[in-house]
Amino acid sequence: MAGHTGRFPVKHVIGFILSIALTLLALWAALGSDLPTVWIIVSIMALAIIQAGIQLFMFMHMIESESHNGHVPWNMIFHGLVLAAIVVAGSLFTMYSGHGSGGDHDGDMKHEQQQEQHEGHTEH
Amino acid sequence: MQLDEFFVTGEPLIYGAMVSIALVTAAIIFILTYFKKWGWLWREWLTTVDHKKIGIMYIISALAMLFRGGMDALMMRIQLAFPGMNFLNAQHYDEVFTTHGTVMIIFMAMPFLIGLMNIVVPLQIGARDVAFPYLNAVSFWSFFFGAMLFNISFVIGGSPDAGWTSYTPLAGAAMSPGPGQNFYLLGLQLSGIGTLATGINFMVTILKMRAPGMKMFQMPIFSWSTLVTSFIIVFAFPILTVALALMTIDRIFGSQFFTLTGEGMPMMWTNLFWMWGHPEVYIVVLPAFGIFSEIISTFARKQLFGYKAMVWSMIVIAGLSFLVWVHHFFTMGMGAFVNSVFSISTMLIAVPTGVKIFNWLGTLYKGRIQLTTPMLWSLAFIPSFVIGGVTGVMLGMAATDYQYHNSYFLVAHFHYVLIAGTVFACFAGLVYWYPKMFGHKLNERIGKWSLWFFVIGFHVCFFPQYFVGLDGMPRRVFTIIPEWMPLNVISTVGAFGMGMGFAIFVYNIYYSLRYNEREKSGDSWDGRTLEWATPTPVPFYNFATVPHVEGLDAYLIMKEKGQTTFDEANLKPIHMPSNTGQPFIMMSIMFVASFGLVFEWLWMAIAGLIGVIVMMAFRSFDYNDGFYVKVDEIKRTERSARGL
Ligand code: HEM
Ligand SMILES: [Cu+2]
Repeated sequence: MAGHTGRFPVKHVIGFILSIALTLLALWAALGSDLPTVWIIVSIMALAIIQAGIQLFMFMHMIESESHNGHVPWNMIFHGLVLAAIVVAGSLFTMYSGHGSGGDHDGDMKHEQQQEQHEGHTEH
Repeated sequence: MQLDEFFVTGEPLIYGAMVSIALVTAAIIFILTYFKKWGWLWREWLTTVDHKKIGIMYIISALAMLFRGGMDALMMRIQLAFPGMNFLNAQHYDEVFTTHGTVMIIFMAMPFLIGLMNIVVPLQIGARDVAFPYLNAVSFWSFFFGAMLFNISFVIGGSPDAGWTSYTPLAGAAMSPGPGQNFYLLGLQLSGIGTLATGINFMVTILKMRAPGMKMFQMPIFSWSTLVTSFIIVFAFPILTVALALMTIDRIFGSQFFTLTGEGMPMMWTNLFWMWGHPEVYIVVLPAFGIFSEIISTFARKQLFGYKAMVWSMIVIAGLSFLVWVHHFFTMGMGAFVNSVFSISTMLIAVPTGVKIFNWLGTLYKGRIQLTTPMLWSLAFIPSFVIGGVTGVMLGMAATDYQYHNSYFLVAHFHYVLIAGTVFACFAGLVYWYPKMFGHKLNERIGKWSLWFFVIGFHVCFFPQYFVGLDGMPRRVFTIIPEWMPLNVISTVGAFGMGMGFAIFVYNIYYSLRYNEREKSGDSWDGRTLEWATPTPVPFYNFATVPHVEGLDAYLIMKEKGQTTFDEANLKPIHMPSNTGQPFIMMSIMFVASFGLVFEWLWMAIAGLIGVIVMMAFRSFDYNDGFYVKVDEIKRTERSARGL
């Protein structure tokens, strides 16, 4: 990068601190809070989106592109999303079909109970 | 912890290994001190950011790992030769096959190819280095220390023994206690950082730093294969990173992602592993395709037949490689529908692969073929790889895979694609670009001996395994029944043939260093692409003047027009990056942190991680912008290199 002057990278430091703070917040939401499960999921999703935004705008130069004669890497963003979709949808597709999955059990059922249930259901 | 818990005790083979490690280390230290080479080592190698030197270090490490993995292989072949052998016991056998697989894929195949990419790609596209030379050094050292971490496991703490796939629940804390499996997790994690960084680095290098005029579809095919591979790396490696991290947290901090208890899903590991794992096999085979394409076109003296089809088939392979992972666990019980979907996608991926085979044949057709050693490796590759690919399609049919899965048929398949594909390519590429790297060729006659030993040994070793697999021999067993003996004996003989081939190859390096003629020009094979336009040895700035590219096979066009990369009238000072010891230091601290985590000594891990963060902060405020090479110096260097 030509012409940097040893200026303190304020923006990057703020971004860095923010991204760590958001991570800790998500950790607390999942482990330390008494929120109902649905809200935990909603809140960590929301935090994840903010986190992605911080990465894109504070580190990945999303808004500087026009002035520096670059372009927004829509192509890469699109492929990243496709891959994420493959990972998530693909895992759901493979892990929750067929008889090996145990995917239809209740969210917080204990393992022992699940096994008992399996013994009861022969068509499972 | 007692010392005898820290070191592995009670195995004569391992005591032998310890003694030889101690001796070799002592010898290296002695030689470096005696010849006063420590300063040289630090200045020229440990702190270098030059892509050519980094590439050489990658290749040397990969050859060492090939040796290590090869010794493991020979030990397994000895144990399997006869029923009731007592050479390795069950536990030791498990450790050996786990180490063998992991070392070969992660620490041999990938680094070897990345080493060749490092040396060749910037030269091929007319660049003076990669886009991020500092990051490139970080990549190398993270691979190096990751490999070291994994490799010390057999003398310190104990090797992992759950297979290179490390399926849970077997690999979980409940069934594999102790540091062994942690070595796997952290060794891979550490070297994975480097691989990911390499992917980003080469993506940017190729997209942004091509010589003026070089369009995407005028890029040499090896550079194309590197670009496509980089994309696969960038998309696939994060999956491995996350999966490894989850299993590490499971094992060290007691979470339950992949455990049998507490709603864990052991099969999710298998799923995530292969979401990375299948793209991974293409990461190690696409660059190999690229290497063969370069060599075949050079020695058939023809432009590559169907260049565009080649490129597109690589892109299609890359896309499809993310859609077939389930074929590795058809038998897990997802049901007929899921299996059918992935069966079809698997058969689809064989189509672009077949297209490439016909492209190579088309290039050979009516060519003026020169049977040099690299060309012979490439010719040996084509039929061998076809056998591997065809048996792959057989495995890809879900219903029949219930018969083949986890048998020696599978073992034969992946060795046919990995050895005939990747390993042949590594040898071919090394021989082909050797004069560019070291200023002299490898001896052709000895090279052919090593080739014939290796290629024939390979077929003798692995072809019988298809049949012993059909006879019901499962993989990962440490002892055989008498019915399987004849084919196994043949296999073992073949394995030693390959060992001979490798030994001759290494001898050839020594022999050629002493006796082979030095290269007089940079264009050792009458090449077609820009790497041959540079003088040999390549000056550290690569190109005195960057050529203007006007088509595919850029150097061929330049030769016809009588142009060189030394246009005296147009010399300008060249901006180059400075050497730095930071990557080496940072990754050695990371090594300490990972070692702490392996033994679950959290104080050490935390101290190490703080050290790494300090190094990163240091780097963030480091404004070293490199230096300029003066025109006079360029003139002097080029004149002497070109004998003007
Ligand atoms: C024509 C293309 C190919 C097809 C259709 C194919 C198909 C398959 C299938 C279905 C399996 C799983 C079999 C089982 O576990 O029962 C498999 C395993 C494997 N393949 Fe391939 N393959 C192809 C090419 C390759 C290539 C190019 C490589 C690497 C260079 C490769 C490396 C492997 C490895 C390492 C395994 C075994 C992994 C393990 O279980 O440890 N394959 N292949
Ligand atoms: Cu696969």
